[in-house]
Amino acid sequence: MDVAATAEAVARASYGKLVAFLAARTRDVAAAEDALAEAFAAALAEWPAKGIPRAPEAWLLTVARRKLIDAARRRQTGVEAEPTLVLIADELVDAADGDAPIPDERLRLMFACAHPAIDAGVRAPLMLQAVLGFDAAAIGSAFLVAPATMGQRLVRAKARIRDAGIPFRVPEAHELAERLDAVLEAIYAVFTEGWADPAGTQPSSRNLAEEGIWLGRLIATLLPEAPEALGLLALMLHADARRHARRSAAGEFVPLAAQDPARWDRALIDEAEALLLRASAMRAPGRFQLEAAVQSAHAARRLTGKTDWSAIVQLYDALLAITGSVVVAINRAVAIAETRGAAAGLAELEPLADDARLAQYQPYWAARAALLARAGNAAAAAAAYQRAIGLESDPALRAFLQRELLHLHDVRGSTR
Amino acid sequence: MQYLLLIYANEKAMLSAPKEAASQMMGAYAAYTEAMKNSGAWLASNRLRPTSEATTVRNPNGRKSVLNGPFAETKEQLAGFYVIEAPDLDGALSWAARCPGAAHGSIEVRPVWTV
Repeated sequence: MDVAATAEAVARASYGKLVAFLAARTRDVAAAEDALAEAFAAALAEWPAKGIPRAPEAWLLTVARRKLIDAARRRQTGVEAEPTLVLIADELVDAADGDAPIPDERLRLMFACAHPAIDAGVRAPLMLQAVLGFDAAAIGSAFLVAPATMGQRLVRAKARIRDAGIPFRVPEAHELAERLDAVLEAIYAVFTEGWADPAGTQPSSRNLAEEGIWLGRLIATLLPEAPEALGLLALMLHADARRHARRSAAGEFVPLAAQDPARWDRALIDEAEALLLRASAMRAPGRFQLEAAVQSAHAARRLTGKTDWSAIVQLYDALLAITGSVVVAINRAVAIAETRGAAAGLAELEPLADDARLAQYQPYWAARAALLARAGNAAAAAAAYQRAIGLESDPALRAFLQRELLHLHDVRGSTR
Repeated sequence: MQYLLLIYANEKAMLSAPKEAASQMMGAYAAYTEAMKNSGAWLASNRLRPTSEATTVRNPNGRKSVLNGPFAETKEQLAGFYVIEAPDLDGALSWAARCPGAAHGSIEVRPVWTV
């Protein structure tokens, strides 16, 4: 393997580990990232001539640590001296230790990124940058934020970690569940942003769904006793299993109900089911386990040929009780329409109409339109489809909604 | 804040698009404009006729010149615009991403200079 490829491979596998290790000692994520960038640059300069070191990761850590100490000495006041001394002490210990593996402190880094003192909207972007090394422009594109704005938000969040003294530690048992929720939310946000492009036509967003799963695997490995971490991974794997089935050969959007279960990825479904089983044995249900259970119920269609909608309604009942989320309420209304008819589903949607957030929320209008169409109210369905079409940004989904609207006109024309 | 969304597209490709695709695009734009109006973001919008019908005027030092064609030859041409009200740039970007033109061209988002 050539030097660039080796450096790339080490960067991919070790980036977050090295940032976590360095930042956990100084609480300065930005300085850790800068030092690591310099270390990678040094590797690209030195390795071709001197050869790839036996332990590339340790080599990078040593160089980055020296850069960090140099930078700290340059701008140091008395108060800031302590973290630098810790770094120096660490280096001495390591030198004595020889080949000791670098401890994996990414979990601590993730808890710092998703700390309650960090604005919820920047937690997922921060994790993408600190743990995976994405730059502000790529993160901005995924979250539909201007690169400069995203850059500022990341800088501010890192300054907050450093200046507010946000700890790099895994919370104690009594606060773990609540704090873990924030970490899992941020990982799920990474994954769902990646889903904006399920066909994978844009490499950058396809990667983001994969990175979400990668982070999910990481946290499920680091916290194997946390049922919600397993639940989140199961949820993402279930969704990922249907990636290819969501598009026809012609690239058209295929809704879940019309998907051919034979096109679902069986290995991913099996893995998700096993995770969910392990999680449920711990007898501490939560939001992600319930959402994964809904997906599991849908996946069962590949075995039974039909969908157990009353089980899905029950799961959404439980989810709504936990989250009070309007998104859950919409999904629950759609499931109720399957068990008790379109009118019952519409009655569940009705009280949500006052929620101002829904004015720009496409799935609400699409769900409403479909239920109105089934209830025979074609005029109101057409208006709701129009609204959904105008709010959708995915071209394939927009084209699907437009076809549904046209179909509505056909049906109406033929019944007159 | 007010933002101008400038829609740039390859007008040759647009003008030669099959009838079905063109009518799908028209429908998508109509729904997009309606959704903007319904949520109170819409201030103004229009589609522009092709750049072949553009005329460019300059008047440096009183030496007038009138030329056929657009200000600059580019791969994508200005095809239309929206003026919207959005709470911030993030809000404006989310409308820009929904614009049917974003699927094949580009949408430039510019804050309007307020005095």
